[in-house]
Amino acid sequence: MTARELLKIVVVGHVDHGKSTIIGRLLYDTKSVPETAIERVKRISKEKGRPFEYAYLLDALEEEQKQGITIDTTQIKFSTPKRDYLIIDAPGHKEFLKNMISGAANAEAALLVIDAAEGVQEQSKRHAYILSLLGIQKVYVIVNKMDMIEFSEKKFKEIKYEISTFLSKLNVYPQKYIPVSGFLGENIARKSDKMPWYKGETLLQALDLFEKDKELEDRPLRFPIQDVYKFDHRRIIAGKIESGRLKVGDEIKILPEGKVSKVKSIEFWPENNKKDEVVAGMSIGITIEDEFFNKRGEVIVHKNDNTLYVSDTFRANLFWLGKRNLVKNKTYKLKLVTQETECEIVSIDKVIDATTLETVENATEVRTNDVAEVTIKTKEKICFDEFKGNPTTGRFVLVDEYDVSGGGIVSGLVNLKEEVTKFVKDDKEMIVHCFDEYYYSLSEGLIRKHPKYKRTFKVGDAVPIEGETYSYPESFDVIDINSKHVAKIRKGQLSDLVDFDQYIYSELPIITSDGFYVKVNSIDEFKDFKNELVQLEKKDNSLLTTFANKWCDISKNKSFKFTI
Amino acid sequence: MDHLDRLEAESIYILREAYSKFSKIAMLWSIGKDSTVLLWLVKKAFFGHCPFPLIHIDTTYKIPEMIKYRDKLAKEYNLDLIVHINEEAIKQGMGPEKGRLVCCKALKTDALQQVINKYKFEALILGIRRDEEGSRSKERFFSLRNEDLEWDYTNQPPEFWNQFNTDFPKGSHVRVHPLLSWTEIDIWMYIKRENIPVIDLYFAKNGKRYRSLGCAPCTFPVESNATTIDEIIEELKNTKVNERAGRAQDHEDAYAMQKLRKEGYM
Repeated sequence: MTARELLKIVVVGHVDHGKSTIIGRLLYDTKSVPETAIERVKRISKEKGRPFEYAYLLDALEEEQKQGITIDTTQIKFSTPKRDYLIIDAPGHKEFLKNMISGAANAEAALLVIDAAEGVQEQSKRHAYILSLLGIQKVYVIVNKMDMIEFSEKKFKEIKYEISTFLSKLNVYPQKYIPVSGFLGENIARKSDKMPWYKGETLLQALDLFEKDKELEDRPLRFPIQDVYKFDHRRIIAGKIESGRLKVGDEIKILPEGKVSKVKSIEFWPENNKKDEVVAGMSIGITIEDEFFNKRGEVIVHKNDNTLYVSDTFRANLFWLGKRNLVKNKTYKLKLVTQETECEIVSIDKVIDATTLETVENATEVRTNDVAEVTIKTKEKICFDEFKGNPTTGRFVLVDEYDVSGGGIVSGLVNLKEEVTKFVKDDKEMIVHCFDEYYYSLSEGLIRKHPKYKRTFKVGDAVPIEGETYSYPESFDVIDINSKHVAKIRKGQLSDLVDFDQYIYSELPIITSDGFYVKVNSIDEFKDFKNELVQLEKKDNSLLTTFANKWCDISKNKSFKFTI
Repeated sequence: MDHLDRLEAESIYILREAYSKFSKIAMLWSIGKDSTVLLWLVKKAFFGHCPFPLIHIDTTYKIPEMIKYRDKLAKEYNLDLIVHINEEAIKQGMGPEKGRLVCCKALKTDALQQVINKYKFEALILGIRRDEEGSRSKERFFSLRNEDLEWDYTNQPPEFWNQFNTDFPKGSHVRVHPLLSWTEIDIWMYIKRENIPVIDLYFAKNGKRYRSLGCAPCTFPVESNATTIDEIIEELKNTKVNERAGRAQDHEDAYAMQKLRKEGYM
């Protein structure tokens, strides 16, 4: 038997835009469904006094057929001479979004179906957003129901423009736009003579043009331990290789602890399954030379690989499907490959209404079906990658009580407040970057800040007024424009921390918390500065920029050095 | 890795997840081709061992060859086999003549409930596949049942990225379905590749063979001349006949299986 390629494609879009019909038609026209199934649909359609309903080939549940909607995702195999397909039909109804995600998360490519007459609708947008969050880049847009708009090229072009403008905001760039009629079978498996202006492929032809992702075999080894078995004399570490490859004799490291050993054997049953090397995707078992205590959740990498993160804090993009809203400071269970740990959302950095793509201002929670950028802190350190570096070890789910309620992808590490430099007095706190060193990275062509003193300074503590790339006088005041606190440095020591309202200008130099000199040299200048600062809208970046350009001097106390 | 390798790896992963997450777990073995493939995968997942008991729900109406084959394989593989019959229903004369769906409910679903209660199994591994039948196509790999084994198929939790729902309220029961992604042809290709022993009812005699096995009064052979696995695969590539065409209970009602399965049928 030759190994045939399998491509998993999810079909998404707004309710009633014809996802199931298009798939049903595709299956019907290519004779991919048994006649008995077709007979059954004929019978049901007849009983209901309706024309043959292609969608019923997929919507098997009674409620689905009676209400004409897809409730849950279905998967159907289908083949062309080139390869096999797994077509995943995802529900379009908002309340079944969790089922849509269950279907879409396992797909490599997607068809976004848009009703030609209705254009982009709420779920079209939401689904497109989720595709981008799931990291699915291979997308065709299928403009369905062309028969409803008289197969008009002009209208097709308008819809195409509307959709592409929207999708580009999500960094989703469809490779093709195909005008079809699922109901009539136009441009599904056969070229439509009703749309001679369309020179592209039929849907069936276009499917074969999707290119498969690079396999995970060529990435660094990630072997999360699923379980350790001792059914007989062997102590077998079992699990699935998520990426990379592994062979007997390889030197390995077991994270998060970093214990080092060697692969002694690759275990197998039955005899003819013996393998010398195992690769990504395989569910395997190994024994190792050292009899460490190993457990589920540890991740095996090659000994010299330092690319897997071990941390308890990371930034993530997530979608939330829970019955209850996602809130800060509540304990959830986080599952990332075979690791499980309690976690909290320590900050909700951005919440996006997936329909309008508008940011929800000052969000304190993430509502069901919204997407968000958050910072997550786990109770124990866990191992992970950034999603873009390794999709399987870069994604996780959150469990609220008993339900998997959200999914997310790791976007990067973070520096939490504890890991930055700050001034504190009583309950007042001010994060300062004025002691960070600034380096110009020649290889990257940009300036990077390097926080040298990651510590908290209390009143009375000496502060490092002289650094490699900055120099401050012995006495000065530090103002934080965001939190509107002022710190007083006297003779190289932090002497006080006050609210800006109570601050009295002392005719000493003022710098910002970033270390930029504030151009205030007299009481009058300070009055102007204060007035403008008080009027400044807190989060309006353009006003802040104008303000900073007027009042701040970057180069007075700061410089930067070159690095390689 | 080819297509069968990927299916195999996925099923093994799910079996190991189930074994790791539930302390009281068993596998349902119907003696048919799917659950026998599943048994093979269990032995691969656990390196030649089967670390949990197998359950056979005996309706007493099974095709006699199936029972013979069951006992032979159980001995050969040294299996911990639990055979359960709903004795009470049998005593009261339950049989297909009372109505096929009623009979299936009593001798299979209720019998299953009895054995689960008796042994307090938290989870049960089953060899159902999505391509077998419409309501099975909607299943999750880890599928929650309530105390009465009922399945709320309109409100299933999301399941993605190999992250299954493994946290459950007390008293609930979980069905684990490692073979969901397999098709009938995959099963036969795998049987051939692995040389898995299957019962010979599947091979044609006198122009007929069983395509799906069940109880003798309700399961009928389909027309076929396929006497080898290769011929079966070839037949399946060209057939217009549904796999469960020979299963009488499916024809009782357009949504028969959905209704049975909602109540806890396998």
